[in-house]
Amino acid sequence: MYKIMRSRRLKMEMMAGIVDSPGIQRAKSLGIRATTDGIGPIIDDPQIRIVFDSTGAKPHMVHAPLLEAAGKIAVDLTPAAIGPYVVPSVNLSGLSDAPNLNMVTCGGQATVPIVHAVNRVAGVVYAEIVAAIASKSAGPGTRQNIDEFTQTTARALCVVGGAKKGKAIIVLNPAEPALLMTDTVYTEVENPDEKAIRASVEEMVRTVQRYVPGYRLRMPPTVDDHRVVTIIEVEGAGDFLPKYSGNLDIMTSAAAAVGEALAVRMLGGR
Amino acid sequence: MPDMSRCIRLVDTTLRDGSHAVSHQFGGEQIAAVAEGLDKAGVPFIEASHGDGLGGSSINYGKAKLTDEEILRAASKVIRSAALTVLLLPGIGTQEDLKMAADCGARAVRVATHVTEADIAEQHIGLGKKMGMTTFGFLMLAHMRPPDVIAQQAKLFESYGCDVIYIADSAGAMLPCDVKARIEALVNAVSVPIGFHAHASLGLAIANSLTAAEAGARYLDSTCRGLGGGAGNAQTEVIAGVLHKAGFETGIDFYSIMDVAEDIVEPMMHRPQVIRNASLIQGYAGVYSSFLLHTYRAAEKYRLNPRDILVELGRRQMVGGQEDMILDVAYEMSQQKEVAQNEADNSNACSRL
Repeated sequence: MYKIMRSRRLKMEMMAGIVDSPGIQRAKSLGIRATTDGIGPIIDDPQIRIVFDSTGAKPHMVHAPLLEAAGKIAVDLTPAAIGPYVVPSVNLSGLSDAPNLNMVTCGGQATVPIVHAVNRVAGVVYAEIVAAIASKSAGPGTRQNIDEFTQTTARALCVVGGAKKGKAIIVLNPAEPALLMTDTVYTEVENPDEKAIRASVEEMVRTVQRYVPGYRLRMPPTVDDHRVVTIIEVEGAGDFLPKYSGNLDIMTSAAAAVGEALAVRMLGGR
Repeated sequence: MPDMSRCIRLVDTTLRDGSHAVSHQFGGEQIAAVAEGLDKAGVPFIEASHGDGLGGSSINYGKAKLTDEEILRAASKVIRSAALTVLLLPGIGTQEDLKMAADCGARAVRVATHVTEADIAEQHIGLGKKMGMTTFGFLMLAHMRPPDVIAQQAKLFESYGCDVIYIADSAGAMLPCDVKARIEALVNAVSVPIGFHAHASLGLAIANSLTAAEAGARYLDSTCRGLGGGAGNAQTEVIAGVLHKAGFETGIDFYSIMDVAEDIVEPMMHRPQVIRNASLIQGYAGVYSSFLLHTYRAAEKYRLNPRDILVELGRRQMVGGQEDMILDVAYEMSQQKEVAQNEADNSNACSRL
């Protein structure tokens, strides 16, 4: 919500939920229209063109056809993955015309850019990522469907990242003080040219930083035979959620970047 | 009628935790030989998987020689009476992997989470139950939280339908009094049997296992010759003898299990399973046992002392599955060393001026 409110092209029109949650109350306190009647009021409002859905995979399966029928574009932050995957730093310019776009997972948003950056100079045969997130920033949705995280992320490593094969692992760590999100990206490559890989990855990190300022390299790409390992961390913007919630920040930042690009297209490139 | 409070069921995990000690390179014939020996010796549960469970074969944890399916088929074709058991860490393995394991003849599953994260295991436990498997909830690195917190997590496992709940001293960091307090808390908190998984980092694997049994645990983990991550586990052949002497019934033939350890498992070992300094530090600093061999490799690559890497991993409160952070720590330490070296060189240069 805060990220959309900061946009020049997007207007925060409505916050919808099913209970009078802190999020709903926060929207109200900022003078934004809010409802606890679920998706209905959004469908009924022709003003609303773009809908960010961060409910859950099952509710989104119900919402997606309703939104499409109402002519609205859904930016899906759940693991439902009905529409094509979008990772802004990789495939925003070729953004699909599909009525539903999926934001993969937080781990996918953090690691697919690295796999893509390695792939474009070295050819990735196999990509494997380990996403470690603070226990406190993993909500019940993630916890109850942890396989969806690993399976969706692994697919995106291939479909968007360009790897021939992919594997994803997630670890929740309850350490206090809470740890920043860290992601390790292992790749097996055809051309292990460390200099070219480093340049490509560093350029990609700068690209991601444009929409996720807290995205950083912890360990630059390091080649060992035909394997490359890169470690990144994601610090949350800290404007609303705590800084350790980089996993949530990278999802919402990426979704806001997609919303922005959709708005540019709707406004005819302005 | 035997006194049930004096019956202990052993879960032999030579072919799972022991997989760490051979860098996940067990071959099919080795697996069949060990499984057959354990089955004939009367071991009721035989666990076989990659050391990090189903789906564990990876760059992060080490690629296995065989696929999960090959491992399980090799074991299942020789097992007559024991329950073939698999380990599954949600976040690494998936429900798809568990279905495959059941198809390969696995009859029990241990769903393992960090000691505070039981709620990521609900789906996997539910699936295990649905497929008719004996389903264990397994709380790892249990030294990191006090008994009351562990009891709350155990209640979650019980509510998901677990048949047995384990606490795992994955770092080998517990003293007998720590084991006693935790087992007693769990026995009081839930109505299902409790189990204990020991590591030998502080030389207490057998003592802690016996303490767990005396405190009310009904299941114990062990491996032949102690083959396992870090300093290894409680030795199956030793705990079998110790439990018999202490008046517990295990159903295991003592001489047979001794022979399995000496004649079958020992020749497969890559190195003696002893407490070296790095594994001692794992127990002392509370670091996940399977980090050991990965730490040796990182220490060699970055020319560091493995002990320093492990202490830093303990300070950072790393949990099971975070093998990638070994590289992170080693890289950071090597950078700091380089900076310190440059500063020393500069100050030497200055003093020569």
